[in-house]
Amino acid sequence: MTRFWVATAATLLAMAPALALDGQAAMHDPSTVIEAGGKFYVYATGGGLPAFESDDGWTWHRTAPVMQAVPGGKPGADIIARGGNNTWAPDIIHVGDKFFLYYAAPGTQPKAAIGLLVGRTLDPASPDYKWEDGGPVVWSDGVEDSNAIDPGVMRDPTNGTMWLTYGSYFGYIRLVELDPKTGKRLHPEAKPVNIAINSEASVMIFHDGWYYLLVTHGSCCAGANSTYSIRMGRSRKVIGPFVDNMGIDMLQGGGKLFAGSSGRHVGVGHFGLLDLGDSVQKFSCHYEADLDRGGISVLDIRPLLWRDGWPVAGDNVTAGTYEIESVRTGTALEMTVQGMPVGGPRGRGAGRGAGRGDTTPPPPIPSQDVTQVGNTWPSGPVDARLAPYLLQAQQKWAITPVDNAGGYPGSPYFKITIAGTERALAATPDAELAVAPAFTGAAEQLWRIDQLTDGTYRLMPKGVPNRTDALALSAIGSSMPTLERFAAGSDRQRWLLKTP
Amino acid sequence: MTRCWSALGALGAMTILAAVVHATGSQASVPVRPPAPTLTRPSTATKPPDAAGFLQRWLVLEPIRVSGQLTDNAVRATIDKPYFPDQLTVVPHDGETERVGEESLTWHAMDTVNYNFNLYHFAYALGKPTSNVLFWAVTRVEVPREMRNVRLAIGSNAASIWWLNGQEVIGIYGDRQTIIDDGVSKRVTLAKGLNTIRAAVINAGGATDFCARFLDADDNPVRPIAVRLRSESR
Repeated sequence: MTRFWVATAATLLAMAPALALDGQAAMHDPSTVIEAGGKFYVYATGGGLPAFESDDGWTWHRTAPVMQAVPGGKPGADIIARGGNNTWAPDIIHVGDKFFLYYAAPGTQPKAAIGLLVGRTLDPASPDYKWEDGGPVVWSDGVEDSNAIDPGVMRDPTNGTMWLTYGSYFGYIRLVELDPKTGKRLHPEAKPVNIAINSEASVMIFHDGWYYLLVTHGSCCAGANSTYSIRMGRSRKVIGPFVDNMGIDMLQGGGKLFAGSSGRHVGVGHFGLLDLGDSVQKFSCHYEADLDRGGISVLDIRPLLWRDGWPVAGDNVTAGTYEIESVRTGTALEMTVQGMPVGGPRGRGAGRGAGRGDTTPPPPIPSQDVTQVGNTWPSGPVDARLAPYLLQAQQKWAITPVDNAGGYPGSPYFKITIAGTERALAATPDAELAVAPAFTGAAEQLWRIDQLTDGTYRLMPKGVPNRTDALALSAIGSSMPTLERFAAGSDRQRWLLKTP
Repeated sequence: MTRCWSALGALGAMTILAAVVHATGSQASVPVRPPAPTLTRPSTATKPPDAAGFLQRWLVLEPIRVSGQLTDNAVRATIDKPYFPDQLTVVPHDGETERVGEESLTWHAMDTVNYNFNLYHFAYALGKPTSNVLFWAVTRVEVPREMRNVRLAIGSNAASIWWLNGQEVIGIYGDRQTIIDDGVSKRVTLAKGLNTIRAAVINAGGATDFCARFLDADDNPVRPIAVRLRSESR
């Protein structure tokens, strides 16, 4: 399958600033966002380990701190003795019928411990909701070249083994193997493996035969002056060496940039993988300063893409006007009306002045605006179709986030309208497409737009009348858009969003 | 000029000095510390760079207490302040001391076993502060023939200013970690013979270290050079 990086990258540059998540998303050092029981959960640094949940991955609200569900209401005595009283930077993983939540309990740097909590459900409303103290997993004694904070946990999909990385700028990022049955160290007598330096917030992921170590470089906690960035190396072995794109071992400070400051967000740290399946991968992170929210630290969820064997940080779709081009056909989605050539009709030939020796170029032709051609369009519902893109008004779509309509991990729902009009792309009861004369806010006019791992986009209506299954915008032949179940291995439901 | 040279090798005496100070009670707050785990005393007259070209032998002055501010202007103000005589030209002997304010600080010749020089290990082993401090480091590389179009490439935790043969060539600022080749000079010429590299590293808090090497025109490490701290033997 062909990949489409150039077009999408160019498109992203022209987009409006990305929105961070909605609701109570203010947090620092978030864990990996985890989905369980149809909800999303994340945990963060702070007293008692702040906890957050979301029904859709877009709007978040804070729940009671984790430690309130732990006997004694605080880290166990062994953890405090090995580390300290603070509760920082947790990470979480679901293994079998258990959730293992790891958190840092630092004392005076670099004396710190990483504690384990074990739970059966993440839903605070469940009668089974409680966390059991699993004791300290690893620690640093205050002298050695390690600061045992910032746990990151990974289950190796190739063999089911489980691994914990931890550490900070003081000394090494270290790796130990965990027991998937208990969450504790599998070989507590084994010496931890040093895998990186000059970083914190480490976590590993596996993809296509490679283990990737993602860490955070730079400084945190300084608002818009924070230099946090997520960097990475990769290895064929889980124990490293993890080497960056320039061949520099992360034990020597190497690290290819994955995500840095951009748009209105300063300082990016604490990567976490959220794999939603069907070629949709996302990553969670926090920004040190969200300039649109007074510079506070907030959670975000963004697309995770892959290029040339490396993960790439995508951006959630933002408001703008786009050509929506089918990867399958190369044709563009348009409202089914008679198109008018940009600049008006003219006869065949090479064009005015061509071949006549004119030295003065003709004047520019202005872009086509809906006010130039829209008065001839039908007033009622109109079909949608695919056609060669000719920069015409019925081919330009305004994609606009809709307030208070919910969302999905990383984004709100969008309306997709002909630019300059309220004519809205809609799913019909027979799972086809139409362009309604006005946006109503109904589920069939709300669109989920996910960037897939190859950089293309999947567009799905929030709902299709009389249907319960999730359908995606799909191309048939060269001219027919429809709605079908998403097939990850096909280009039929992959689209490019290009700036007109 | 308060610089003096001790016949007692400073490096080898580090742990001993800390223990003596502790035992005499003159500075009861200075604990007995184990030797710096990544630093050793030089045992040869010269030391070639490692396989990646990193310079592993340095003369480092015990840390000077400063504000630890790391902005461009604050670093510049810190570096521009005179702390001891000839601070931008001196090539000290191992064990020489400098009078900085009320403190007597010692230069230590040390080899690092790693590509980087761990200043935290250095200061911690001496019972010296590691936060809000300024380190001065000097080394000299012996070059068999003039080398044009090379670059000094460094990394430091945190901000640092670097000089080559008396000329400032690199400044990196802000709270940062030691990344290989984080700061790179413009093209410079290494003269035949001894060339002096000087660094001032400011740390605000936590770990602190630096690394340095020369790169050729193809960004490959320059290796046919050797560190020789002094041109004469003593």
